[in-house]
Amino acid sequence: MTATEPSVSLAGRAPARPARPRLAGPSRAARTRRKWYEIIGLTAPALIVFTVFVLAPMAFAVYYSLYKWSGYGWPTDFRGLDNYIGTYGAFRDKIFLDGLRNNAIILVGSLLVQGPLALGIALLLNRRFRGRSVFRLLTFVPYVIAPVTVGIMWQLILVRDGTLDTLMSRVGLGGLITGWLANTHVVIWTMLFILTWQYTGFALILFLAGLANIPHELMEAAAIDGASWWQTQRRITIPMLGSTIRIWMFLSMIGSLQVFDVIWVASTPAVRSLGASNSMATYMVDHGFTEREWGYGNAVAVILFFISFIAAVIFQRFVLSRDIEAPAKARRRVKN
Amino acid sequence: MRIKRRSGAVLALVATTVLVASGCSSGNSGTGTNTSDLYKNPVTINWWHNANQAGPLQTFWQKVADDFHALHPTVTIKISAIETNDLQRNRIPAALLSGNPPDLFQSWGGGEIADQVKAGYLKDITADTKNEVASMGPAANIWAVGGKQYALPFDFGIEGFWYNKDLFTKAGISSPPTTLDELNQDVTKLKQNNITPISVGAGDKWPAAHYWYNFAVHDCSAAAITNAATKQDFNDSCFVKAGDDTKTFIATKPFQNDFLATPGQQGANSSAGLLANGKAAMELMGAWDGGTMQTLTPDQKEPSFLSWFPFPSTSGGAGGNVQMGGGDGFACSNKAPAECVELLKYIDSPDVEKAFAATGAGIPVVKGAEAGLSDPVLQTIAKATQSAQSVDLWLDTQFGSTAGTAMNDAIVAIFAGSGSSQGVVDALKKATSR
Repeated sequence: MTATEPSVSLAGRAPARPARPRLAGPSRAARTRRKWYEIIGLTAPALIVFTVFVLAPMAFAVYYSLYKWSGYGWPTDFRGLDNYIGTYGAFRDKIFLDGLRNNAIILVGSLLVQGPLALGIALLLNRRFRGRSVFRLLTFVPYVIAPVTVGIMWQLILVRDGTLDTLMSRVGLGGLITGWLANTHVVIWTMLFILTWQYTGFALILFLAGLANIPHELMEAAAIDGASWWQTQRRITIPMLGSTIRIWMFLSMIGSLQVFDVIWVASTPAVRSLGASNSMATYMVDHGFTEREWGYGNAVAVILFFISFIAAVIFQRFVLSRDIEAPAKARRRVKN
Repeated sequence: MRIKRRSGAVLALVATTVLVASGCSSGNSGTGTNTSDLYKNPVTINWWHNANQAGPLQTFWQKVADDFHALHPTVTIKISAIETNDLQRNRIPAALLSGNPPDLFQSWGGGEIADQVKAGYLKDITADTKNEVASMGPAANIWAVGGKQYALPFDFGIEGFWYNKDLFTKAGISSPPTTLDELNQDVTKLKQNNITPISVGAGDKWPAAHYWYNFAVHDCSAAAITNAATKQDFNDSCFVKAGDDTKTFIATKPFQNDFLATPGQQGANSSAGLLANGKAAMELMGAWDGGTMQTLTPDQKEPSFLSWFPFPSTSGGAGGNVQMGGGDGFACSNKAPAECVELLKYIDSPDVEKAFAATGAGIPVVKGAEAGLSDPVLQTIAKATQSAQSVDLWLDTQFGSTAGTAMNDAIVAIFAGSGSSQGVVDALKKATSR
């Protein structure tokens, strides 16, 4: 296979091998056995924890989702796949499908808005100027604040006749005022705005870390060759930031599919129940806990899991693959 | 679940309750308390109630706990005060399911307590609380299942419109409306004077749903409500009519802007906050609203401009002079020590109930304790509760939380303009099959 092994493969197996003096110590079989004991011994605690706290609850969720169950006592009323595709199942529930659409809006919106925005800010903040660290700090602040606080803060700002409405009418934009948190056609965009406000800082942290890893010599070389600042960014910085951007896209995607806290706090139960702002996760809690449809809530949880899982697998297979496989290939090359 | 307020029925009920109680005392449920063990060993009682906002009720419960501990030093009481909806919908069900429930916790009666009893979560207190039940009359029946008592109420009152007398005067309204037509005229007058007629906390869903409930109990016969609660039969046309009436009322635009984003009772921007701070003239709410508003004004006092009138009568309904209300009680989990029942009885003793009445946070259920009410508004509500022909429990509590929440969602859709009268009935049928 590789350059280091031909002598073995050509000469056949043990007979051709020069008789090595036996090392004092365990035999090869014993060493293999010991290696396996080590592997099992070292991974067992993690495997047990993973099984008990991740795999088993997942299996239970699938099991519960097949029942009509109010959460009191043990589930007994078996309904098969009714909670998924029955007349009143999730895939026939308009509000759940609205939640799915809202997740999609947040996912695409986050990728299209947060990414370019954070990239732009990161490139600006990567230049040397006075007070750079202060600016860096300030752009991280929204990400550091707890989501519940963010939700309450924006709720107070966006409430009718609140800070934003007052500001808008002062500058003559009073005609544009609407129920930011009450207008069922607007509220999901309000949520996207709040999420963008909060999570752009997260993308920014990643991008700045990625930028710090790009060797300065490359920029200097480009500058000597007469490349403008913009050309340097476009031809060198952004391509070299590729793996960071792809990782961020992955995290943002999963985060968007599972978004819960800001929506839970900033939009009222009524607005959520109308399908205007609910995500799959808020829908799950609203139904599973509040309506006491535990079987159904578990079905929604399973759907949410599979959508996230499939999205993650596809993304890893087609987009992240070069970042994951590239180091492995590189290692193999070094070995040769 | 409809309780007739006729004295004959009351007597019959009390008599039945006592009979059932004495009948049970020899059975498995009525073992009673082994008094010799009581207060011997140190016990801790975990008590969950819903007075989560600092105020007179929260102080009062702490005093009750302290006083009880002083009377019985072996009993230590640990209180957790949790927001009411969270407590009812999430915390109590989760705690009961986990097998580690609080000992004494808030109970709202109706379909919910029936579910809890069916799963065997609650202590049968029939034998121990005979005297307390006899002292409070029919209200206690809402906390009984199959003739056995599983919790005791400490507060029961009907709901109605809390209103701002000053704003009514300003709009030229001399006396509160008694019919729906009069209410509509008053709404028009208030709007002409640039006053928001009614605040509704539709964001929390149930405050909006209560309009539909009130129309339903006026439009439906007692039998239709009972069939809905016990047999999940929602086919009576009165439930569609309730939706139509709600729609017609919303069409008069009596509410504040953005009501879908307005919470019911949290913060000055809530519907209770709007009324308490003079930004709206009325709010349809239960008897606790005065206590809620007290926590939402700058000076932490109940506004002096407040008064109250019952939900006005509608024309052409089958329900007659029916009012809807509810109350709060406490239940002991089946794992609770016997001292829990003693604490519950202590809460429902005449003196403690009288002191509860004095906090202004609700209307006491123990007869004679209403003498402790100093608040004129609560006195009005107590009188109206007594004089109502019959009283229904909140429909969502009565129908149980699954159907109740689905119903509320569908009613909110009517408020948002996207729902229909038939939609509420469909949602009710759908919820019972999921």
